Amino acid sequence: MTFAIQTDVKEQTPTAAEGLEEKVAVRRLNFYYGGYRALADINVNLFQNKVTAFIGPSGCGKSTLLRILNRIYDLYPNQRADGEVLLDGENILTPKQDVNLLRAKVGMVFQKPTPFPMTIYENVAFGVRLYEQLSKADLDARVEDALRRGAIWDEVKDKLDASGLSLSGGQQQRLCIARTVAIKPEVILLDEPCSALDPISTAKIEELIDVLKRDYTIAIVTHNMQQAARTSDYTAFMYLGELVEFDNTTRIFTNPKMERTQDYITGRFG
Amino acid sequence: MDTHEHIVRSYEEELSSLNNKIAKMGGLAEQVLGQSIDALEGRDPDLAAATIQQDEAIDELENEIEEQAIVMIARRQPLAYDLRQIMAALRISTDLERIGDLGKNIAKRALAVVGEQQPKQLMLGLKHMGELALGQLKEVLDAYIERDADRALKVWYTDEDIDAMYNSLFRELLTYMMEDPRNIGLCTHLLFGAKNIERIGDHATNIAETVYFLVHGKSITDQRPKSDTTSSTPVPLRSAG
Repeated sequence: MTFAIQTDVKEQTPTAAEGLEEKVAVRRLNFYYGGYRALADINVNLFQNKVTAFIGPSGCGKSTLLRILNRIYDLYPNQRADGEVLLDGENILTPKQDVNLLRAKVGMVFQKPTPFPMTIYENVAFGVRLYEQLSKADLDARVEDALRRGAIWDEVKDKLDASGLSLSGGQQQRLCIARTVAIKPEVILLDEPCSALDPISTAKIEELIDVLKRDYTIAIVTHNMQQAARTSDYTAFMYLGELVEFDNTTRIFTNPKMERTQDYITGRFG
Repeated sequence: MDTHEHIVRSYEEELSSLNNKIAKMGGLAEQVLGQSIDALEGRDPDLAAATIQQDEAIDELENEIEEQAIVMIARRQPLAYDLRQIMAALRISTDLERIGDLGKNIAKRALAVVGEQQPKQLMLGLKHMGELALGQLKEVLDAYIERDADRALKVWYTDEDIDAMYNSLFRELLTYMMEDPRNIGLCTHLLFGAKNIERIGDHATNIAETVYFLVHGKSITDQRPKSDTTSSTPVPLRSAG
């Protein structure tokens, strides 16, 4: 068979030259779990108000990369990042970086919904109170705004005092998203947010992502190829700790440049 | 360059099956075209009748391919090259079905002119044109099987030759008709036959474009050289009186 696909050129498209603003720029990033290098020389951008999906087989480093963007790896010993991660041009990997402030700016939602063992109201208000002094009225407004942004207000407005754990899986995940947006982040990291959810909850969250990107820059790690194709503007394909290809989503899923990308997305990985 | 097979074997088998159906349909279309030219030239009504029947098998294959493609899109959510393969199968089957119809029409013309005296020169011209078109069809189908975009591109450019033949046949037929009105019936059938062959050539270039797209993931950007001028060929008027 003849294919017109390059096998050894790693080009990085798209670029800021196309009028896109780099909200987060990862430059020459290496990451180590002890002596093991999990990420090798990663260069990738998250563009402002766009959704960037990270796909790749298990162990490729996509979740590792995500966890660097808000330095949550810092909580664990023996994990080290080398290189630069620029948020609005400032390197967040420097020791000077206030990690709490960083994690307020860069929020994260995990695969398993993790509501606090508190009321629905408190789940959302808790984070806000850590950073701001708001009157009761303002806090109420903030909680409502967040729950609306999380597309869950209508379902919980009459039971804000109920435990967050009393909600269904899909609702819990939306509560977690509401909790994240309540503190007004700029970037939202989603680590397989729908893996544990049924198709309808998944669709609701995908709709939510579509709306959220108007106000936030979003990165999503997903095993679900079709979800990446549906929800994202840009897609990064990773393999064995390397970034194989990064391009706009349409291109990646209709005519990728790299054979490995094509093999992976079409289910031919041998 | 080797591609790996799908991890899910049934997906691989379905794609193979689609490929084979196109190949089969192509073979039938070649047969219909070849036979219809022979029937026209050889004034062979039995061959013509048999050829007309064969078109049914082509139509059936088109339906099968369409159904299979739709099911595969629904079930497999194909991406990238797989998606292009399925879209290509859909498009090519449409072109082959039209080629079958055009070939059948040529065979019908063969039946219509079976009793007539046929001028050797004209028949040779028609036969030659038919052979050109058949050659294009074979070549583009091979290009599809081999996934060879360069071969397809060659077919795309070569259609000019068929157009040129058609132009000259058109003029010859006009001249023949003007010389003697008793020729009009025969020549009209032959004219439609020639037109059908020219259309078959165009469908072959459509297939070539699809093969190119299949391989490269983008369309041919050149302007295809088209030299069929018959639609603007003036007919000289008889002088009054």
